[in-house]
Amino acid sequence: MKKLLAFFSILMKDMKNYYLKPPNISWGIIFPVSWTLMFFIRSSSDVDIRGILPGVMALSVLFGTTSMLAVTITFERKSRSFERLLLAPISLNLLMLAKTTGAIVFGIINAFIPVVFASFLANLSGVNWISAIIGVVFIAVTSTFLGLFIAVSVSEVFEAQTFSNFFRFPMMFLCGLFIPIEDLPVIVRPLSYMLPLTYGADILKSSINYNGSIQMWVSLLVLLGYSLGLFLISTHNIRKRWIY
Amino acid sequence: MNIIEVKNLSKNFGNFKAVKKIGFSVEKGEVFGFLGPNGAGKTTTINMLTGLANPTSGKITIAGQDGIKDIKKVQQIIGIVPDESNLYDDMSGFENLVFCASLYGIEKTVREKRAKELLKQFTLDSAGNRPFRAYSKGMKRKLTIAAGIIHEPEILFLDEPTTGIDVESARQIRKMIKELNEKGTTIFLTTHYIEDAERLCHRIGFIVEGRVVKVSKVNDLMVEAQQENTVEFAMDKSGSSLEKLLLSNFSGITIKNMTDHSIRISSAAEIELMPFMRFFDDNGIKVSEAKVIRPSLEDIFVKITGIGIDKLRKEKEGKKK
Repeated sequence: MKKLLAFFSILMKDMKNYYLKPPNISWGIIFPVSWTLMFFIRSSSDVDIRGILPGVMALSVLFGTTSMLAVTITFERKSRSFERLLLAPISLNLLMLAKTTGAIVFGIINAFIPVVFASFLANLSGVNWISAIIGVVFIAVTSTFLGLFIAVSVSEVFEAQTFSNFFRFPMMFLCGLFIPIEDLPVIVRPLSYMLPLTYGADILKSSINYNGSIQMWVSLLVLLGYSLGLFLISTHNIRKRWIY
Repeated sequence: MNIIEVKNLSKNFGNFKAVKKIGFSVEKGEVFGFLGPNGAGKTTTINMLTGLANPTSGKITIAGQDGIKDIKKVQQIIGIVPDESNLYDDMSGFENLVFCASLYGIEKTVREKRAKELLKQFTLDSAGNRPFRAYSKGMKRKLTIAAGIIHEPEILFLDEPTTGIDVESARQIRKMIKELNEKGTTIFLTTHYIEDAERLCHRIGFIVEGRVVKVSKVNDLMVEAQQENTVEFAMDKSGSSLEKLLLSNFSGITIKNMTDHSIRISSAAEIELMPFMRFFDDNGIKVSEAKVIRPSLEDIFVKITGIGIDKLRKEKEGKKK
């Protein structure tokens, strides 16, 4: 019970303090909203909007979560307030789950910003919302842990943002959201299948437009593997670098 | 009864040995000072005791529990005040305290009541709703200490509690440390300020180049240091010209010129003032002051650590900045 109380306090503190920090607003909110609007304005028909919806949803989650982590972890590490959490009588795993849950929630909320826009501009009937929500949650968890991995590897907020872009931008173009993987050069395709977003985007494509190419359970399993792997590497790095 | 026991504790950073097989114990209810020059291993030791660093080897026992394996259990009963005030800038003083209490699983009504009490105790009640970033250095330090004791720990680790803050805040913090100790809290304190250690600590451990070179009661240190008797004379003439004459008239003394017009005479035997006064009078020297010099903890620190007094002052100034 005591541990749960600490967990929720950390979660609520992060949500209250960091959702509206400048790096979050610019990379986590303004960028996905502009991106969404840009695509929707350029789309000439209902079908186009629905076609690109999985892509903008996935990117909104990716940018929202990774930006949030860059702030909540790197910022606190720099100001040494993170030490306070490391010295609290809660396990490192629970602490990191508390720190990342806020970003996961933020990412999920971000995913539905494009849906709100799209609902005014396109017909969204027939969307499998249950699998779409599952997909969004899995993308949010995986990209949050990717953000965590990045945040524990750097020491400055700007470094975290720069390092995040090193992962985010290639993922945008290689995960099959805007250019189908089959249309990519053969040499690049294996790289696409190494990216977690490829599997998350495929779940959304299957749920919204029924045009995914990977079985859903495979995508979920891969995302789960990525999440676990990234979380374990990140906590290992914290133990090694921060509890030195 | 020992509440902290450290045996053969070492910490290496690659080839560099920051802490070398140190051992000491802290008794329940005492204020234990940990003194040493910069880079001696004070903070590394405190980090190992509190769980922020993993020892390379050795054993730590805190309140009967393994301080390495069961560090999360230990953290429940210890409070930590780091050398930097590291609370959350965007949160108010009250919110910061309430948040810190929640990390120890203290329920809402209790933690809010305790936060209000601490704000009052630290004379921060009028600033309780202000964000932490708007606090002065002294206020930040006080709130950081309040955050360290909000869960009423059995042991409080204080790393440089009065460094770089105003005189009044430092005075309040010293008073608070004394009060906390009187209520039964064991305090482990590192400080650069020898005066703080002298005023607050029951026992002191000296660490130099990663080794604990001495652990002793403050009073015992003073008695031990009083190996020779010293009297300082302030005169109207330069003392350097008198040196040879004094040495030929008084056996077993050593002389040190302090300024142009003052000298220190030391002897293993007790120094009687009258023969010296007569000597100065016979030589036409007027003495305006004669005072017995007792060793300060600063002298003892210099003697034990080998660090020069000038370097010590520079370190203190550096810390303030």
